Amino acid sequence: MKLPKFDYASPATVAEAVALLAGHDTAKIISGGQSLMPVLAFRMAYPSLLIDLRRIPDLERIDISETCLTIGARVRWCDIEDDHRLTTAHPLLAAAIPHVAHHQIRKRGTVGGSLCHADPAAEMPGLAVACDATLTLAGPSGVRTVNAADFFLGPLTTALASDEILTHVTLPAWPASRRWGFQEFSRRRGDFAIAGVAAFYDPDGHGLAGNAHIGVIGVNDRPRRLPQAEAALNGTAADAEAITATAAVAAAEVDPPEDIHGTARYRRALLATLIERALTTAATA
Amino acid sequence: MKVSLTVNGKPAAFDVEPRATLADSLRHDLRLTGTHIGCAHGVCGACTVLVNGDPVRSCLILAVQTEGASVTTVEGLSHDDHLTPLQASFRKHFALQCGFCTPGILTTAHALLTAEPYASEERIRDVLSGNICRCTGYIPIIEAILDARGAYQTQSAAA
Repeated sequence: MKLPKFDYASPATVAEAVALLAGHDTAKIISGGQSLMPVLAFRMAYPSLLIDLRRIPDLERIDISETCLTIGARVRWCDIEDDHRLTTAHPLLAAAIPHVAHHQIRKRGTVGGSLCHADPAAEMPGLAVACDATLTLAGPSGVRTVNAADFFLGPLTTALASDEILTHVTLPAWPASRRWGFQEFSRRRGDFAIAGVAAFYDPDGHGLAGNAHIGVIGVNDRPRRLPQAEAALNGTAADAEAITATAAVAAAEVDPPEDIHGTARYRRALLATLIERALTTAATA
Repeated sequence: MKVSLTVNGKPAAFDVEPRATLADSLRHDLRLTGTHIGCAHGVCGACTVLVNGDPVRSCLILAVQTEGASVTTVEGLSHDDHLTPLQASFRKHFALQCGFCTPGILTTAHALLTAEPYASEERIRDVLSGNICRCTGYIPIIEAILDARGAYQTQSAAA
């Protein structure tokens, strides 16, 4: 037995799950388990109780309206890949999600699990921040919403209270004229990104970039947008010169970690290249 | 905890601690030792089985989470004593050496070709990124899977 001892419950409603969480000091939510199970296998966590969301209905829905895209916490990566509505409803999401882990993990891993695990190099937290997503959390005193930018506090650390459950994430609707690009680099396909970028902007009537959003992963202690780089891009024609200048601002704006996968200097250089590629795709695709 | 499920088309039951993984339960409780455990934390893909048709890492799913599920292990790919077309293709192309990773690659490739019988070489390579093989260098594995596509295309046309 590699995992520590724990009890297991599979409640039928969010309210029951919240009550179980509130009644146990060290309970954890499990759904796909693709982040939590390795944590347990390494005995980095000793929960007294695992609360499985698998019997709770409606958490696996993807709803598209005129104003927003709502993704339930139990939606799996493969559900997003298989939902062909998303190639127009949110092309950035549709392009980024196939980069999440490997085929077998995408068959089980969930949107909610990735958001709550909050790995600084994971795609979904980066997309949530880049796209100004809102996270809906259910707790003992009701439901509250948190902006993605305020949800991620640091590596594997979020604003989710110990008695709260993430039920869904909401992304603002995607205008058809929006220009976008997604790029990430990892040593092996499917591994965590050494650096990655999700970027978009809305061209105005004169072809100038506005509303630039540049979200990055793997180059800070949490996913974040780069306001200085966004300001450098806004108001330009998003031509090669503007893109190179934006990438240089971005490389100076981040605070990358040093680890076995790369030095901070390498990550800055890599990020600049990825931003150039993402914005070039955005401008020309 | 008691868990009732279907394994390789037959009713099965586990009586396990909540912390038992599906991989452990298949091997220890049902003695289905064809499912190999390499890393036991979701990196190597050797323990891949099909749960309701989806290839998943059986070390990253608790046995108690499979209540009511239909599980297929490498033992369940063939319905008789003969090799499946995919298995025969692995033999023909020498797509294994030590064989430790083979059960996970067979289950993964079987699920892929069942869903996508016309999968491209690039798609096969993408999917195989989730399975570590240290002997073959992958080339014969990819050739074997490419060569097995015809059998799945025939099945898919007949269905």
